Amino acid sequence: MAELALPKNSVVKAGKHWPAPGGAKAVKSFRIYRYDPEAGGNPRWDTYDVPVDAVGPMVLDALIYIKNTIDPTLAFRRSCREGVCGSCAMNIGGRNTLACTHGWAEVPGKAVQISPLPHMAVVKDLIPDLTIFYAQYASIEPWLHTTPPEPANEWKQSESDREKLDGLYECILCACCSTSCPSYWWNGDRYLGPAALLHAYRWLIDSRDEATGERLDALEDPFKLYRCHTIMNCAQVCPKGLNPAKAIAEVKKMMVDRVI
Amino acid sequence: MRLIAVLSLTPFDAGLKGGWKSILSWGEGMSDNARRLPDRPTSPHLTVWRWHATMLSSILHRASGVSLYAGALILAAWAICLAVGPECYAGYMALLGGPIGKIVLLGLTAAIFYHTANGIRHLVWDAGKAFDPKFSDLTAIVVIAFTVAATAATWIIAGMTGGL
Repeated sequence: MAELALPKNSVVKAGKHWPAPGGAKAVKSFRIYRYDPEAGGNPRWDTYDVPVDAVGPMVLDALIYIKNTIDPTLAFRRSCREGVCGSCAMNIGGRNTLACTHGWAEVPGKAVQISPLPHMAVVKDLIPDLTIFYAQYASIEPWLHTTPPEPANEWKQSESDREKLDGLYECILCACCSTSCPSYWWNGDRYLGPAALLHAYRWLIDSRDEATGERLDALEDPFKLYRCHTIMNCAQVCPKGLNPAKAIAEVKKMMVDRVI
Repeated sequence: MRLIAVLSLTPFDAGLKGGWKSILSWGEGMSDNARRLPDRPTSPHLTVWRWHATMLSSILHRASGVSLYAGALILAAWAICLAVGPECYAGYMALLGGPIGKIVLLGLTAAIFYHTANGIRHLVWDAGKAFDPKFSDLTAIVVIAFTVAATAATWIIAGMTGGL
C-alpha cells in the first residue's frame, strides 16, 4: 500500500549552512541531503556555497569539491566519472541521474538540490541500500540458459538477432529508473522494477537462450511484472537513454502471444 | 520486513549454483532480531520529484477511473429514484441540478473524456508503440487539452440548449 508521506524518522529537517571558503563572491549553492547513522536523529538539508571558479562543470565535480575543501564527512558513491559505472546515481534537481554526466548549471532552481535515489533505505548521506535492487536483478537469472551439448567454440547469433539486444545490453544498473518509478516506491518489495524487467526482456529475446518459457512463467505474477502502469519515469530519467517502459510492454506482449 | 518479502521472489529453479543465491537467502537461520535491518530513514520521493507530463497523465488516469466508479453509482441512484416514484425523482433532480450536483457532473464530464482519450493512449502502448518519452509527454498534453476542450464544449452546448 502506498505510504505517501515519509515515516517520522525520515522527515528531513533544516540543516547547516556552509559558506564558501575564503569568502568567495560568485558562488553556486548546493542543498544536500545529510544523514549520519552514527549520530542518529533525522536527516537534514545542508547548504554548501561552492565558488563557481574553483569547480568543474559536473555535479560530481561539485560534490568532490565539497568533500575535499568544505566538509570531509559528506558521503557519496562515485567511481568512473564518465557515465559507465553507475555508482553516482542520485536525485539531482528532482530527477534521478548520474552526478558525473549532469552539469550543475543545467539544474533548474536557485540551489542545486541533491538527495539519495528516492524511496530507498539510506545508509549514509547520498548512499542508498541497493541490496533489494540487486537481489531483484539476480532473481531474473541474468545469464544464458541452454541445454547441453555446448558448441565447440561459441553460441552463434545472426546479426539481426544480435541487433535485438541493442537498447538493452547498455544498462549499467545505476538504479535511476527503478527508484524513479512510483509503482516501485509503493511496491518495491514485490514489483521487480524497470531495471530488472529490462534485463528480463534482454534474456527473453536473446536468440541463444532456451529458457524463454520458464522465464515468462517466473514473471507471471500480479506484482513482479504487472505493476507497471506506464508512468514512464523510467524512460524519462535513464542516463543511458534506454527505455525500460517499452521493454516491459514487450514482455507483456510475449505473455499474451503465448496464450493465443 | 522488506528483505523478508524479497525472499519470496523465488526464481525459477534450474539447479543453479553461484554466489547470487546467498543474496536471496540472506537472513535464513538468523534470529528475528539479527535479521532486522538497521532503522534507516527512507529517502524523500514525492516531495523532491519534479514531475513529467507522463507522470501527471498516469495519476489523472487513476483519479478519473476512480471518479467514474462513483459516477456509475450516481447513475444507478438516478435509475433507482426513477423506479421509486415521482417524489424521489424530483428530490434527486433537485440535488443533482443544484450547485454542488453541477460541480460533480462537471467533474464527471471531464473524467469520462479524460479516461476515454487516455485509454486510447494505453491501447497504443499495449501494442508496444509510442514509447518515446518526449512523444509520450506530447500525447499526455494533447489528452489533457482535449479533456478541457471537450468538457467546455459539452457544457456550452448544454447551456445553449437549455440543458442546465
